[in-house]
Amino acid sequence: MSPANLRRWSWIHKWSSLVCTVFMLLLCLTGLPLIYHHEIGHLLGNEVEPPALVAQLAANPPRADLDSVIAAGQARYPAKVMMYMSQEADQPALWFLTMGRHANDPNFVSIAIDARTARYVAEPPIEGGAVMAFLFHLHVDLFAGVPGKLFLGFMGLLLVVAIVSGVVLYAPFMRKLEFGAVRHGRTARLTWLDLHNLLGIATLVWALVVGVTGVVNTLADVLLQVWQSTEIAAMVKPYEGLPPPAKLASMEGSVARAQALQPGMKVGFIAFPGTPFASAHHYGVYMHGDQALTAKLYKPVLVDAGTGQVTDQRTLPWYLSTLLLSQPLHFGDYGGAGMKFLWALLDLATIVVLGSGLYLWLKRGRAAKAKAGDEARVQAARRPALAREGEPQ
Amino acid sequence: MSSFRALWGMPILLGVLTAAGLVLGLLGDGWWDVAAVICLGIPVAVGAWHMSKPVRGKR
Repeated sequence: MSPANLRRWSWIHKWSSLVCTVFMLLLCLTGLPLIYHHEIGHLLGNEVEPPALVAQLAANPPRADLDSVIAAGQARYPAKVMMYMSQEADQPALWFLTMGRHANDPNFVSIAIDARTARYVAEPPIEGGAVMAFLFHLHVDLFAGVPGKLFLGFMGLLLVVAIVSGVVLYAPFMRKLEFGAVRHGRTARLTWLDLHNLLGIATLVWALVVGVTGVVNTLADVLLQVWQSTEIAAMVKPYEGLPPPAKLASMEGSVARAQALQPGMKVGFIAFPGTPFASAHHYGVYMHGDQALTAKLYKPVLVDAGTGQVTDQRTLPWYLSTLLLSQPLHFGDYGGAGMKFLWALLDLATIVVLGSGLYLWLKRGRAAKAKAGDEARVQAARRPALAREGEPQ
Repeated sequence: MSSFRALWGMPILLGVLTAAGLVLGLLGDGWWDVAAVICLGIPVAVGAWHMSKPVRGKR
């Protein structure tokens, strides 16, 4: 690499890293407990468990009518309307209802209803309780909503630039060293430079994937808006000018008709009329498969909320499928406890890479200043050579 | 060994293993997840080993 190129890439690596490092450290620190949010919620008692059934029911658990599940929610909150109902893939015994004063109420409540008996179970704290919600918002949007997300997305892009430029710089730095060389006993800076290079290159692909999928996740609101204004708008075009249905059709019947069209698929979540995932005239029934990969992807079926008849079904556009696949690849929640543990270790390694990068920059500044001072005093210089130690020649 | 292989051999191997681990975990459950954890675990183990290997003194 020519000296001019080396300077150029060093400049790119330095500034892309410096701008994003503080935010990336924040994301790594808050991300660590978020990897284990289920386990932490469990410990704090914030995770809802379905109640045990009496013996004769437990052998062959019943399945409650969806309309009575909704009625159980309405009984608890008569003044609120349904926004969403959803089921977690690994917990078919519970329905989670999201209810608000209107279909886009930001102060919604979430309640768990027994999917077998349609009895009220619990009202879990929103976002896993105050502490987890605090960490979650620091990680996702810095308490600044969509602009906060997009800002973090931009920082994530800078991280990707820093990683790519770091790989380019790996060659001149490591040319004369064997892989994994960590030089001890000279300067601390040199040891940390080697550790930075080692952990940086060992975690390279993981950091790149988590970085890029994190950026994609920050675009969720924007992508959803694009979909609403194009495909959903097209699907509800025939309803233009019509008043929304006065009485909502039976959910049990609506879901049965949606399921008949998609045999073998399960309901992931249902969006009620007026929410961003439906229209003023429709239920949005979002079905997914039961295989590892198909469980991550949704198939939307639009059901007329007045008649309960299916009006349209589509495959998700590529950008929403990308978004949905970006989520597990960012969260690391798709390979069991072993993968979560590796995610935590890789997160810690990334903290070391970020911290050592910052240290190398701070030390470089000090070394450069010392060098300038030395030269000003016209001292015989053995030091400047040492100050630049570890740099490629 | 060519200088390219000396320099990039290990990084490419670790990168391919990481990518394989990330994808295998998505494709299936059970044994797929075990394979994913093994693939993803190797780069972590290699990094940890070189980080903490005994000091060989001045080079």
